Amino acid sequence: MTYLAKPKLLSADAPKNALGYTRRDYEGAISTLCAGCGHDSISASIVQACFDLDIEPHKVAKLSGIGCSSKTPDYFLGNSHGFNSVHGRMPSVLTGAALANRNLLYLGVSGDGDSASIGIGQFAHAMRRGVNMTYIVENNGVYGLTKGQFSATADKGSKSKKGVLNSDSPIDLAALALQLGATYVARSFSGDKEQLVPLIKGALRHNGPALIDVLSPCVTFNNHSGSTRSYDYVRQHNEAVNRVEVILPRDPIETSYPPGSLRRIVQHDGSILHLRKLDVDYDPSDRIGAINHLQERHALGEIVTGLLYVDSSAQDMHSHLNTVEKPLNQLGDAYLCPGSKALEALNALLR
Amino acid sequence: MKSAQSIASINDFVIKFANVNGSGSASANELFARAVMRMGVPVAPRNIFPSNIQGLPTWYEVRVSEAGWLGARGGCDMMIAMNPQTWDRDVASLDAGGYLFYDSTKPMPASKFRDDITVLGVPLTAMCNREYTDPRQRQLFKNVMYVGALIALLDMEFGVAEALIVDRYRGKDPLIQANVHALRLGYDYVRAYLPCPIGLTIRRADAVGDRIFIDGNSACGLGAVYGGATVTGWYPITPSTSVIESFTSYCRKYRTDPDSGHARYAAVQAEDELASIGMVIGAAWNGARAFTATSGPGISLMQEFFGLAYFAEIPAVIFDVQRGSPSTGMPTKTQQSDLLACAYASHGDTRHVLLFPENPYECFTFGALAFDLADRLQTPVFVLSDLDMGMNESLCKPFDWDDSRRYDRGKLMTYEELEAGKDFGRYLDVDGDGIPYRTIPGTHPTKGAYFTRGTTRNAYAKYSESGADYVYNMERLRRKFDTAKNLVPAPVLHAASQPTRFGAIHYGSTSPAMAEASALLEADGIHVDTLRVCGFPFCDEIMQFIADHEQVFVVEQNESGQLRSLLINEGEIDPKKLVRVLHYDGSPITARFISSRIADALSDRKISPIRKVAS
Repeated sequence: MTYLAKPKLLSADAPKNALGYTRRDYEGAISTLCAGCGHDSISASIVQACFDLDIEPHKVAKLSGIGCSSKTPDYFLGNSHGFNSVHGRMPSVLTGAALANRNLLYLGVSGDGDSASIGIGQFAHAMRRGVNMTYIVENNGVYGLTKGQFSATADKGSKSKKGVLNSDSPIDLAALALQLGATYVARSFSGDKEQLVPLIKGALRHNGPALIDVLSPCVTFNNHSGSTRSYDYVRQHNEAVNRVEVILPRDPIETSYPPGSLRRIVQHDGSILHLRKLDVDYDPSDRIGAINHLQERHALGEIVTGLLYVDSSAQDMHSHLNTVEKPLNQLGDAYLCPGSKALEALNALLR
Repeated sequence: MKSAQSIASINDFVIKFANVNGSGSASANELFARAVMRMGVPVAPRNIFPSNIQGLPTWYEVRVSEAGWLGARGGCDMMIAMNPQTWDRDVASLDAGGYLFYDSTKPMPASKFRDDITVLGVPLTAMCNREYTDPRQRQLFKNVMYVGALIALLDMEFGVAEALIVDRYRGKDPLIQANVHALRLGYDYVRAYLPCPIGLTIRRADAVGDRIFIDGNSACGLGAVYGGATVTGWYPITPSTSVIESFTSYCRKYRTDPDSGHARYAAVQAEDELASIGMVIGAAWNGARAFTATSGPGISLMQEFFGLAYFAEIPAVIFDVQRGSPSTGMPTKTQQSDLLACAYASHGDTRHVLLFPENPYECFTFGALAFDLADRLQTPVFVLSDLDMGMNESLCKPFDWDDSRRYDRGKLMTYEELEAGKDFGRYLDVDGDGIPYRTIPGTHPTKGAYFTRGTTRNAYAKYSESGADYVYNMERLRRKFDTAKNLVPAPVLHAASQPTRFGAIHYGSTSPAMAEASALLEADGIHVDTLRVCGFPFCDEIMQFIADHEQVFVVEQNESGQLRSLLINEGEIDPKKLVRVLHYDGSPITARFISSRIADALSDRKISPIRKVAS
């Protein structure tokens, strides 16, 4: 927990983005999570990503379920509407919100209990439906608020703080999202902001369901030896396939890379993903290859991170539903109500 | 063959069609019902069907009533016995003096008939086999053929049925000719070989007026369109699915953008009822009008979300088309058994706004109204229909709409108000009616954002575990519910022809049977004032009605008397004052049932006159 309230006034030379906002304008209430919690680093990464992308805070809706992770939307983007819904059901609430207004950015924040245990059904179906959202799972393999029970992403054979061995197979949410049709799938580590911030930026600029599975150690209940979600374990087994940089159309392209080491992907909205390859053979446009790679490396005890898959021509739920361009929540009475004349004609057909 | 006096009646009888599910009989049976209506005689048809796609018995009951009684009557004056599986019970269910119509292709032993009924045989299968080679045609046209036979037997106008066929298949001439031909075959056979008309006849009348004929679910879907709903998340469940089918089909007609062809609505079939109500709540939180349609099992699944929407104060509209419960219960039978599950849905101290339409007209008007109420009150609003009302077509007054009406979006704080520095406390009772102001996401760049949660908070939506904040909020929610009392539709009083100490309270689809029961009782000198409850929370008028009567019958279609329990609980009524009249076998309640129960109860109390009404 952060005990000291942040000062409201910043020095005049605090960096501002194109909208004139400082990073502080993207922050939220003071976190009530444990000191050193990985989730707070993720919140900071979200703040950084939104600041960098010049996102208007009120054009973001942040939604969550229940759990430590789901409390975090209170701790970032204080000028955005937030919705801490019910356990495991954030995806449906987010889907409804996205149906109502296609012009906002939807940020879903969830945990491994919220998404892989109680909420696996809704997680799966939101991916299938192509909801245009950034879905961040703050994955620590454990239930924090109820003090240390295993979640469904905990590795088989990992040990709880109380010494219990987990005998159930783990759910890999990134692999599942790939199988279910998510069009932007990444994995990262809360302790590696350099990797995480660009992945969040790429997801926010993606048109379709974007999942980022962020391993986020629980310092209180899952950071011991024998855990496969501790800071030490994740650092030692992290195998990044690439490093991403998000280039907006307005940005000058200055970076230079040795030939063959860079992949350039243009997203639907014109943003460009520069992928610096760390694994030369890894192809982030190959869904099946990505699934295979995750499974092979998991069998070797490795944690694969980076941008695992992206479909730059993805279409979202609204294009499947053929909805009007104007957000449904802004259609006036005249666009919605057929009126009395139509009713008279209908009455005539019903006699 | 007949010894009892044959039933003789003009424009007042019940005909039942016994069919096999999936045999295509539904459209032929409906053709018959519409033909009666086109002759100006009201009908009240009902499907009695199994939870099955094909092969099981199904019945279509047509009550013909020039007097206009639309409730189920009970009994059967004529049986169209087209299903060998149910022959014995169909024959047994005929009233003495009734008429049995059957396919006489195969000779039946005399033991299969009764000696107190009139038997009318037409060799339908033989006629079809002669006429058609395709097995499907043989089946379908057999149905049309028996309608033709009925037209002759009941002395109806052939041209009326013919015109209906022309209307139905307009533009498809070969279908028109084929159907009219089959109709003619049945008609001509009867005219040639059977004595007709029989004792039951249809005589042209003028008792239908400008009424329309539609089912409640279609009307609910249309109400959602007129109510401005743009989002529905839904999951298929009998008997509510056709609410959504109606919504999407009317939307395709009325809500397709003429220029772009894009949809001004979004309907998403969810993975389950939890997701469907979750979508509704997400959409409504974000400022769209959203609804779902479901039945009892779905209501059970949605409980947690109802509590969230109640406590976080998010509008939602739920059409609950009630069916036989508990559990999977009787999925294709009717009941009014979700009342308590909806009124107090979810854990903790919750209360929900309920609307009780009586027929398709009110399914439409209450359905549209529900969206205004949900926005005004920022809470879930339930429209409680049932299978009887929802899935059966019924005569009702034509739909109307006032074009000057504007949607009431409730207390929304605008960009301008925020910009002008107006104080925004999401859960602050500014006006004393318990209803706070809300902002829609995206309203203002730096003001008016808040964090919605199901946990407790203070009036400014900040997380708070303070007892005082919690109590402030709960008391405000109570005030808000009191405000709702005067926003839900007022009850409808029907006073007896003379002052009486007795009253009856009822709601929803019980209405037509209750009206008829009142008339039956009046005819026997028993006077009962009736009050139809149209919404919850209960307004003072309902409690006054109870206070004004010595004894009040609460007539409803469930086993425990849920409306009665709700009245006792909310109005602090002495339970002895409210007498249960309960019908819950899955069939629609009848006037005969209600009137006999009330007459019996009053005769037990030695209230004169005590003549018993036939049951």
